[in-house]
Amino acid sequence: MEESLKSSWAPRAASLALAALAAVALAACGGSSNGSEPRELTFFVAIQPGGTIEEVSKRCSEESNGKYTITPEFLPTDASQQREQLVRRLGAEDSSIDIVGMDVIWTGEFANAGWVEEWTGAEKKAATENVFPNVIETASFEDKLYAAPFNTNTQLLWYRKDLVKQPPETWDEMIEEAEGLKEAGSIQVQANRYEGYMVLVNALIESAGTEILSGPEEVDLEQGPTEKALEVIGKLANGGAAPPSLSTSDEDTARLGFEAGESAFMTNYTFAYASAKEEAPDVFKNMGYARFPEVEPGTPSKPPLGGFNLAVSSYSENKDVAFEAATCLANKDSQKTAVELDGLPPSRSDLYTDKTVTSAYPGFAGLVKESIEASGPRPTTPAYQDVSLAVQRSLHPPDKIDPEDTESVYDELKSNVEKAVKREGLL
Amino acid sequence: MKSERTRSERKLAWMLCAPAVVAMLLVTAYPIVYAVILSLQDVDLRFPDEGGFVGLSNYTAVLSSDLWWTDFFNTVLIMVISVAIELVLGMAIALVMYRAIFGRGVVRTSVLIPYGIITVVAAFAWQFAFSPETGFVNNLPLIPDEKDWFGGRFSSFAVIIMAEVWKTTPFMALLLLAGLVTIDSQLYEAARVDGATAWQRFTRITLPLMKPAILVALLFRTLDAFRVFDTIFIMTRGALDTESVSILGYNQLISRLNLGLGSAVSVLIFICVFLIAFVFVRGFGAKVEEGRPGG
Repeated sequence: MEESLKSSWAPRAASLALAALAAVALAACGGSSNGSEPRELTFFVAIQPGGTIEEVSKRCSEESNGKYTITPEFLPTDASQQREQLVRRLGAEDSSIDIVGMDVIWTGEFANAGWVEEWTGAEKKAATENVFPNVIETASFEDKLYAAPFNTNTQLLWYRKDLVKQPPETWDEMIEEAEGLKEAGSIQVQANRYEGYMVLVNALIESAGTEILSGPEEVDLEQGPTEKALEVIGKLANGGAAPPSLSTSDEDTARLGFEAGESAFMTNYTFAYASAKEEAPDVFKNMGYARFPEVEPGTPSKPPLGGFNLAVSSYSENKDVAFEAATCLANKDSQKTAVELDGLPPSRSDLYTDKTVTSAYPGFAGLVKESIEASGPRPTTPAYQDVSLAVQRSLHPPDKIDPEDTESVYDELKSNVEKAVKREGLL
Repeated sequence: MKSERTRSERKLAWMLCAPAVVAMLLVTAYPIVYAVILSLQDVDLRFPDEGGFVGLSNYTAVLSSDLWWTDFFNTVLIMVISVAIELVLGMAIALVMYRAIFGRGVVRTSVLIPYGIITVVAAFAWQFAFSPETGFVNNLPLIPDEKDWFGGRFSSFAVIIMAEVWKTTPFMALLLLAGLVTIDSQLYEAARVDGATAWQRFTRITLPLMKPAILVALLFRTLDAFRVFDTIFIMTRGALDTESVSILGYNQLISRLNLGLGSAVSVLIFICVFLIAFVFVRGFGAKVEEGRPGG
C-alpha cells in the first residue's frame, strides 16, 4: 500500500517541481527590468464598490515596470470598523501593512502614535500639487505632511425641484419650508450616534462661525454661534421636518428615504446623485442640488469634508517603494479613475474642468469644487476619537436639544469636549 | 492517616492535571494579571511617549463616572429580565422535551436551532425584522407601521431582550432537561397514588429535586448575560442609553485605545462576574459539579 502510494506520487511531485521551476524562470524573464523580483506591497483601504482600488492598484503595479506589485486588502465600508482593524494591526507593529488608506480624521492620531511616515522633498511636492489647501490640512499634523491626498468628498443639499421652487439659503428657511409642505415634508440628514452625526454637527458649528477645537488641545466652541448650531438641530429634530427614524439615520437611510420620495430635502455626499439616477428615476428627474445651507444668514456655510489620504506605514519593510507606489496611487490618473468608477471627488482642484469630472457631476462639478474650497474640516487632534465620541454622546438623540433653551446642552457639550481633549474620564 | 498508596495516587493526579493547569495559567491567568497591571497605568496607544504608574486613579475615574453606573444599571436590567424569562420558558420547553411522546428527536433538535446560530447573525436578523424600512414586525396587527423600535430606549431594550431570550432559552432548557431526567419516576407514581395534583407534583417533587440544576443553569446564564455585547453592538451600538458595561469597555479599549481606563473597566467587569458566581455558589449553594449536564 505504502509502496504504491510512493510510486504514484514520485512522478507527480517531479512534474510539479518542474512546473514550479518553469514558472519562476518565466517570471524572471518577463518581469522586472533590474533583474530582481517585484516587491510585494499591501494596501489596506476601504472597499469601493465601483472597483477603483483594484483598478488603480493594477495600473500602478504595471507602471512600476516590475519594481512592485500592489495587493489591495479591503476594509469594511463603516469608518469606525476600518479604523478598528487598522489600529489593532498598527498598535501591534504589524509589518504586513505598507500603504494605509487613511480617513481624513485619523491623521493626528496615526501621526502622533508614530504609525505613519512623514512625507518630504519631491514626493511631498508631487503629493500636494494643485491639491485643495483644506484637504492638505486633513493630511497634515503639526505642520508636517503624513499622507498623499487621494479622493476628497463633500456634502451638498439635494432637493426636489417639483416641490421646492428655489433652494433654501439657510437651515431655518429649509426647516420652515419643509414643515409647510403637504407631502414629503421631511429633511434627510445623518443623526445616528456615529461619525456621520459628528460630520453634521461639525459642519453646523463651523457654518455658525466657530469651531470645536482651535488647536489639538484647545477647545473653542464660542457660546453664541455654537448655541445657534444646536438650535438648528433641536428645531429639526423636534419639529415636523424630522423623518421618523432621525435618531438612527445614516447616509444610506437618508438616500433611501429621499429616493422613496419621502423627503423634499437631503444633505448627503455626491454618491446620492448617481444612486438616485440608478435606483429612483422618478425622483431623479426632479433632483436639484445646491450648496450646504447657511446657519447664520449672510455667513457663508462651511460644508462637510470627507475623503481618504494615502500614508506609508512606519512598520513597512518596503518604505522606499511604498512612497513611490502611494504617489502613483494618489496621482491625477488614479483620481480620475476614482471619479469615473466610484464618483469620488478628486482632491486636485485642476481636475474639475476635466471631462471625467464634469461628466460624473453633470452641471454641478463647479458646485462640488466650491463646496470643497469652502468646507470646514473636522478638528485635527490625536484625541480625535475621544472628541468625536464626546460630541456624539452629548448631542444624541438629536431631539434632546430644546431649540428654545440650548444652554444646558451647550454646557454639557463644552465640558465633555474639554474632558475629551485631555482624554479624561469614560466615554 | 493517609496510606502510602493514597499519597502516590494524589501525586499522580497532580501530575496528570499539571499540563491543564499550566495551559489555564497561560491563557487565563496571564491576560488577567496583565489587565490588572495595565489598569494601574496611564497607557494610551496613541500617545506612546506618555504614561506611567497612576495607582487607582483609573478606577476612581470609572467609578465616579455617571456613565459606568448607567451602563451597569442597563446591564443588570437586561440580565435580570432576560434570565427570568429564559428560566420560565426554558422550564416549559424542558418539560415538553421530556414528555414528548413522538418525535422526541425532532422536538429536541428544533428547539436547539436558535442556540446554534451565531449571535451576530441572530442580532442582525432581529434588527432587520424590527426595522421600519425592511422589517415585517411593523406590518403585524396592533403594531403601528411607523414605529421606530431603535429610536427609543425602552423599545430598544425590548428588542434586545427578546433577541437574547430567543437565542439562549434553548441552552437553559437543555441544562434543565438534564436535571429533569435525573428525577426518579417512582417518586411521581408514589405521589400520584397519594393523590397529589400535577401542580403539587411540580412544586413538591420536580422543583426541589431540580434545585441544583436550576441554580447551575441560572449561574451560567447570569454570567453570560452580564457580559452581553454582540446583540447591543449590532442593534444600537449603545445609543439611546442602551449601552452595557462590555460595550463601555470596548469603547475605551478599541475605539479610544486607552488601555489604562479600558483595563480598569474590564477588571471591574471581572470582579462583578466573580461576585455573581460567589453569591450563587456560597449564597444559594449552587454546586457546579453536581448540576452539570451528565455530571
